[in-house]
Amino acid sequence: MFMEYSLGDLGSIFAMQAFAGLILFSVYLLMALGLAIIFGQMNVINMAHGEFMILGAYMTYLCSHLFQSYAPGLYDGYFFVAMTVAFIVSGGLGLAVEWLLIRHLYSRPLDTLLATWGLSLIMQQTFRSVFGAREVGVELPAWMMGSLPVTGSIEVQINGLFVMVLTLFITGIVALLMFRSRWGLQVRAVLSNRVMAGAAGVNTQRVDRLTFGLGCGIAGIAGSAFTMIGSTGPTAGQLYIVDTFLVVVFGGAQSLLGTVFSALSISQSQSVMEFFMSGSMAKVITLLFVIGLLMLRPQGLFVLKIRK
Amino acid sequence: MSSDNNKPGGAGASNFQSPTRRQLLIGTAALGAAAMLPRSAWAQAFPTSAVNTTGLAVTDTEVTVGILHSVTGTMAISETGSVQAEKLAIEQINAAGGVLGRQIKFIQEDGASDWPTFAEKAKKLLVNDKCASVMGCWTSASRKAVLPVFEQYNGMLYYPTFYEGLEQSKNVIYTGQEATQQIIAGLDWVVKEKGAKSFYLLGSDYIWPRTSNKIARKHIENFLKLKVVGEEYFPLGHTQFNSVINKLKLTKPDVIYAIIVGGSNVAFYKQLKAAGIDLTKQTLVTISVTEDEILGIGGENIVGAYACMKYFQSLDNPNNKAFVSEFKKMWGAETVIGDVTQAAYLGPWLWKLTVEKAGSFDVDKVAAASPGIEFKGAPEGYVRIHENHHLWSKTRVGLARLDGQYDVVYETADLMEPNPFPKGYQ
Repeated sequence: MFMEYSLGDLGSIFAMQAFAGLILFSVYLLMALGLAIIFGQMNVINMAHGEFMILGAYMTYLCSHLFQSYAPGLYDGYFFVAMTVAFIVSGGLGLAVEWLLIRHLYSRPLDTLLATWGLSLIMQQTFRSVFGAREVGVELPAWMMGSLPVTGSIEVQINGLFVMVLTLFITGIVALLMFRSRWGLQVRAVLSNRVMAGAAGVNTQRVDRLTFGLGCGIAGIAGSAFTMIGSTGPTAGQLYIVDTFLVVVFGGAQSLLGTVFSALSISQSQSVMEFFMSGSMAKVITLLFVIGLLMLRPQGLFVLKIRK
Repeated sequence: MSSDNNKPGGAGASNFQSPTRRQLLIGTAALGAAAMLPRSAWAQAFPTSAVNTTGLAVTDTEVTVGILHSVTGTMAISETGSVQAEKLAIEQINAAGGVLGRQIKFIQEDGASDWPTFAEKAKKLLVNDKCASVMGCWTSASRKAVLPVFEQYNGMLYYPTFYEGLEQSKNVIYTGQEATQQIIAGLDWVVKEKGAKSFYLLGSDYIWPRTSNKIARKHIENFLKLKVVGEEYFPLGHTQFNSVINKLKLTKPDVIYAIIVGGSNVAFYKQLKAAGIDLTKQTLVTISVTEDEILGIGGENIVGAYACMKYFQSLDNPNNKAFVSEFKKMWGAETVIGDVTQAAYLGPWLWKLTVEKAGSFDVDKVAAASPGIEFKGAPEGYVRIHENHHLWSKTRVGLARLDGQYDVVYETADLMEPNPFPKGYQ
């Protein structure tokens, strides 16, 4: 298939393909981070994760309109405000949902699946009633569109770079929070033994609520960032939920490092295979590969060592 | 394949085949007489017992039809426009005196983007509500789900979406294009206009894009003797197109032929733009992006692309101007009208014209009277129903503008014949 192309052409295509794989990695990691926190650390199967993302996307849409109407001079920077708003709104809703719904279900992890699935339907219909059934277009400031020419034939997409930097930044913050802060210590304590952590004076309810809120807030940021590359509609969250769970489960639900590695391996194999075969076949093979590995290693790539 | 009188601009209604000559004569005679009568006298000229022999929901003053689309779930994005157009058509028909002197009352059901629900609601509309006809469905999957219901209970469905063809039923009138009507003239145009030699075919992975690309490939390779350099499909909802964009950069096709649908569309065009593929320089032809979809994609991401449709909101004819202004008056100045929305608008009108030609609401008579029905007031221009229950209509090519509308850059001189089972293309 490559005989007819020059070596230079091929080189630059492979460079861009590698970059495409890295973008996909960032996207997977960003959408999985919020879920990894909630599912991995709390054992809550949050089926409404996609909807929290879309909530963030709609906040971005609102911000873009507000800035266009009231502060066109600051339009170039609106995206950063939008991401902050998305984090606060999605995170806030997450806190409320935890208080109203999730905290009653901690002892019944499978029921959280049904409850959050119901929640996702409610959120979808709410989006539809408020923003309309049609997809909305989110306009980007001019500097975020287009690509940077690196050499004559290699081009790097600016929004791809943006997602990558954002993902690194958020992953860094989450890692710091989890492994270097007092709160992270409490989260890990609650995870390994809820009763004992409570007895040692950790306010487990408060830890749960904040963890859930943080996960939802990160989903909001992800949704906000994805307005650059995907669609914003009432049901667009459904597009992400399968891939998100795939990444988290494959990585080993309780390990953040596992999530990173699983996003990396799934995105790279998907991206490389997509280049050699059609998108549908690449997906099929990726899924087979994941299923195969999960059969051999049901706990996922990485596991926390806990004495049972 | 078709008789002569089905050629564009052919002979008038009296030449078309009908179930019985007698019935047709009664019908036309009655129509002529009825046209001269005041509105209240219509119903007397057509007593309910005569126009409704099969127990449909028809009274002396009212006739009930069904509207069956998804207003919730993932397809609501697309089907909303169709519902709006059908309601507008019904309102206009009622204002103009109704059908055989009877006002149209509609019962709306929600298919909820779920195919078994469509079938169940179709049964409800036909069996419980005795709807004289149903305007509805959007995806092929929903149409396939309701088809056996319509055939079993002998209902009449007006289906608005452009689709893959390979179907024909006594109980369905297809007011959108089947695949050959949308594809062939557009390919011929792009080859002639752009001197295109190589094509890259893309699509979402389900029956419509696959069948359509199959027809496109056959036409490109066998009839135009040109080259297809790639053909690829993506799962519905796919959001990452960077790999295929790299392949496009490598193979440098003259034309990208894209049949990507739904949310994937948005991701595809955004990523094309971000990757520096400028559609004003790279020719891209799509048959899946109407003005509706551009709302989500954003005009700035798709400006310069070509779409093959039969209708664009910007069509410059008196019918369309009136239609667009009425539509906006009813549904708001911000709404846009895509190809399928217009096709949905045709449904109630074609049904009204057919019923009045048949002089009866009975489904068998309506089905039999359908071939040859002409609608001169269609926003897309003149249309006529073919014997195979599809529409004769023109193919047009539009160039996407920054504001999300299309400029019509080409239209076929003649109406294209619908050919749901194209020979040499399967």
